[in-house]
Amino acid sequence: MFNTVYDVIVVGGGHAGSEAAAASANMGAKTLLITMSLQNIAQMSCNPAMGGIAKGQIVREIDALGGYSGIVTDETAIQFKMLNKSKGPAMWSPRAQSDRMRFAETWRNMLEHTENVDFFQDMVKGLLFDGDKIVGVKTTLGIDIKAKAVIITAGTFLNGLIHIGDKTFGGGRAGESASVGVTEDLVKVGFEAGRMKTGTPPRVDGRSLDYSKMIEQPGDDNPEKFSYLSSTKPLANQRSCYMSYTSLEVHDLLRTGFDRSPMFNGRIQSIGPRYCPSIEDKIDRFASKERHQIFVEPEGWNTVEVYVNGFSTSLPEDVQDKALRKVAGFENVKFFRYGYAIEYDFFPPTQLQHTLETKLIKGLYFAGQINGTTGYEEAAAQGLMAGINAALKIQNRAPFILKRNEAYIGVLIDDLITKGTEEPYRMFTSRAEYRTLLRQDNADLRLTPLSFEIGLASKERMDRVIEKQRKTDLFVKFLIETSVKPEVINPILEDNKTAPVTQSMKMFKIAARPQLNFQDLQRIPSVAEFILVENIDNEIIEQTEVHVKYAGYIEKEKNQADKLNRLENVSIPPNFDYHKVASLSIEARQKLTKIKPITISQASRISGVSPSDISVLLVYMGR
Amino acid sequence: MNTIQNDTIIALATSSGVGAIAVIRLSGEDAIKIVNQHFQSKFGNKDLTTVKSHTIHLGNIIDNTRIIDEVLVSVFKNPNSYTGENVVEINCHGSVYIQQEILQLFLKNGVRNANGGEFTLRAFLNGKMDLSQAEAVADLISSNSAASHQVALQQMRGGFRSEIEKLREQLLNFASLIELELDFAEEDVEFADRTAFTKLVNEISAVLKQLIDSFALGNVLKNGIPIAIVGEPNVGKSTLLNALLNEERAIVSDIAGTTRDAIEDELIIEGVAYRFIDTAGIRATKDVVESIGIQKTFENIEKAQLVLHLIDASKIDSLQQQITELKEKYPAKKILTIVNKADLLDNNQITELNTNYTDLIILSAKNKTGINELISTLTQLANKGALSNNETIVSNSRHFEALNNAYTSIKEIQQSIDLNVSTDLFAIDIRQALFYLGEITGEVTTEDLLGNIFANFCIGK
Repeated sequence: MFNTVYDVIVVGGGHAGSEAAAASANMGAKTLLITMSLQNIAQMSCNPAMGGIAKGQIVREIDALGGYSGIVTDETAIQFKMLNKSKGPAMWSPRAQSDRMRFAETWRNMLEHTENVDFFQDMVKGLLFDGDKIVGVKTTLGIDIKAKAVIITAGTFLNGLIHIGDKTFGGGRAGESASVGVTEDLVKVGFEAGRMKTGTPPRVDGRSLDYSKMIEQPGDDNPEKFSYLSSTKPLANQRSCYMSYTSLEVHDLLRTGFDRSPMFNGRIQSIGPRYCPSIEDKIDRFASKERHQIFVEPEGWNTVEVYVNGFSTSLPEDVQDKALRKVAGFENVKFFRYGYAIEYDFFPPTQLQHTLETKLIKGLYFAGQINGTTGYEEAAAQGLMAGINAALKIQNRAPFILKRNEAYIGVLIDDLITKGTEEPYRMFTSRAEYRTLLRQDNADLRLTPLSFEIGLASKERMDRVIEKQRKTDLFVKFLIETSVKPEVINPILEDNKTAPVTQSMKMFKIAARPQLNFQDLQRIPSVAEFILVENIDNEIIEQTEVHVKYAGYIEKEKNQADKLNRLENVSIPPNFDYHKVASLSIEARQKLTKIKPITISQASRISGVSPSDISVLLVYMGR
Repeated sequence: MNTIQNDTIIALATSSGVGAIAVIRLSGEDAIKIVNQHFQSKFGNKDLTTVKSHTIHLGNIIDNTRIIDEVLVSVFKNPNSYTGENVVEINCHGSVYIQQEILQLFLKNGVRNANGGEFTLRAFLNGKMDLSQAEAVADLISSNSAASHQVALQQMRGGFRSEIEKLREQLLNFASLIELELDFAEEDVEFADRTAFTKLVNEISAVLKQLIDSFALGNVLKNGIPIAIVGEPNVGKSTLLNALLNEERAIVSDIAGTTRDAIEDELIIEGVAYRFIDTAGIRATKDVVESIGIQKTFENIEKAQLVLHLIDASKIDSLQQQITELKEKYPAKKILTIVNKADLLDNNQITELNTNYTDLIILSAKNKTGINELISTLTQLANKGALSNNETIVSNSRHFEALNNAYTSIKEIQQSIDLNVSTDLFAIDIRQALFYLGEITGEVTTEDLLGNIFANFCIGK
């Protein structure tokens, strides 16, 4: 049956597993994707949306590297928004509402059309080791499947335990069973495991809601999209979301269930995400707040099911029912499924290297929630990187590691393996030191060349990047070199309430004024003509505008980044014995020994390693 | 790469040359053991390796049986010593010969010469002090006046650092609010209050400005307050200088250039360091060489914190005119007018001068009368500007630079708020300000920082 030895086995078919399988296969590795249900490939277990602040940037990065998440999102979106458009370009964050069912279906189709991917539906219940090497997996059917590398992307399935009120049952997701055996095998060989918690809100029948009592939240007038490839198109039609509010009455009703809440009666001990709290958590911790937002998000083009975002809860179903009914528009609500909390095993990610390979077992990789993260985007990004690195390792090639100044993905992985995480880790823009560099508009410029070099990003992608760069440079050069006369520019300046000029001026200077946008600039005949003749599209115009307007900020941040980055070049020998360095604090010695940072810079980010410890290390490294 | 150093180092801790007593210091794991092998107590067979920490022992340093010197040995045990290692200090007699004999004895017996700053480096490596404290040690060693000594001491105790830490924490708090605002823009959360932020930024800006301004003062304290002595040729400038010098006999340096150049003398009076700059006389001249000298004089006046304006007692008819001329030329300078050659004046004239001019000092440099009055005026002025209040003074140029950079960033934040720039953009400036403030407190390390700091130590400490 399984006589072949696979290059890579991916255990789990969620966002991490799907990207991992796609990347490893596209890198030329013979890949097997094992999942408990082939119907639920890349299932959106929680909200039907991709992207958002910092997360949207990650999806763009995944796309730039040649992952599938951007394409699938574009193909299955029902609404698109560019968030934070009023802020600087580093904050612009794409987000799409997705058709949940089509999202999973499209992912499966794309994987089916990917060379080198085999599928198998079964549950992995154990791992096969040979000394400190992984050699395969065993399934509940009793089949041993051999592989040179294994990527575990188990999501919330490892010993998953679902809570609704005082009822608990084993499960990895509503209606799906938990996975048992893998954690135990890993702990046996020396891994440290922990427990985390997350939750999800109820899904209800959209036909039972009164939208007239809610605030409509439509998509953008001119929607953009995620993938840099021209094969996906922006949405022509969109579905709206709606917003409503809880009230003090709702809060009081929710409180009646607190004594049966697993969050409050001590049944759930593990830590959930602080930034994505359950509704009971919100009203408990912010008791003075009179109302909280509730977002009603359609689950797809055709389904009547809607997702009640902001109402994540594990309160007893009768309490969920009673309370939600008091939210404006929900008076006659019919539930499809109740909200629940889930506890699951994770492995503190400080046990990993930058490649996401474990330090303990060669050839074994972890990606996604097993590493203590939350979010489809964070999971997908890790899957992609694990897939790439597993394939590279088998091919005896150098690892593929993104730096903190290159990608949010670099920040994500470096944070995880360096600092670990106490609560489900979500990406924020503030986690990036180089926020202004890591924009959604330039992910392709930043990353596609790197990915092309290792053979993942296609030539088509690379050609597009080269062309985008060429045209942007051309446009910038045009603005630097071309002057505009006062009689041409002044009416435009006056319309935008900015001071007129008295003599001819280079356009670059004028374009940099914050009051002007490039729409206005196109009223200048020479600019309009240039755009027409050189066939400059909106993406190039936007790229140029960012370049012109924010050059000062970008430069400033770059300088700062370079300053911090110098320590990135001071590497620490792999087997450095920190216990010999008496001048390090004991905590620092322990942490450094455990994490084994590869550079001083990484060491400086470890919690418990003080600046003075870093100075000591610098002295020892001969600086 | 350096290896971990447990070897024992030695250096002369007092300045080289002849003195009454010299101190030789050893630090390292075997410091006590090694000294013990060459120490013979006056009171029986005392074993230094078993004595209590922080004890002093009288005895001889011996090379086999030969007595080199009678010494006092202080023993400090790991970790309660300056370096955090085992430390021995040998108080020997001050002759260069004895110093060298003792140093050579230990160098032959498993001890090596310390590199510049190595004792402090070890103290730092052993967590005995943080960076800014280490730097203050360098300042402390080279401080040559009571005033700068006090600044260095204050810094060592971390007074300056805690002030910056406070600022940084406040800014950090606000920075987190700004970041929250950016990352949760979609949500219904209450964000940073702009008015409060503007207030905080203004406050930080004011404190930074104050610290930056204090640098000029801190610098003066370290290098001496520059005072220019001006006046027409032969008014007695050099004589006055000599009178001041004779008074104190504490010449620190004596840089003489050509006769037309300014001559500088540094002296410490009542604990305050001054740098007196004797200038060429000021007068209209066609002599090229002399006019170069006069040009120099003007430059020196620009540099000086205080100008001693000497006027010949024989020319007091034009006193007002001379005062006015110089005042007009340097309206911002503090000028002290001195009438020299008081011996040419009678008591009536002196009384009249004192009545008409309140701040006038009348003296005779040649006869050394009135010099004390001048000195007490100088001391008063110095204390008024400097150490009479207990404010934090920035004296380290690295701190000064970091403060200046932080100040620039803060200014840009203020500007951005005024221009209503998007928060994510001025968040860069906030981060930058935090970075620079962190540079002072040692919360950010840059590798060249360390190099600089430890290169600036003289050997021994």
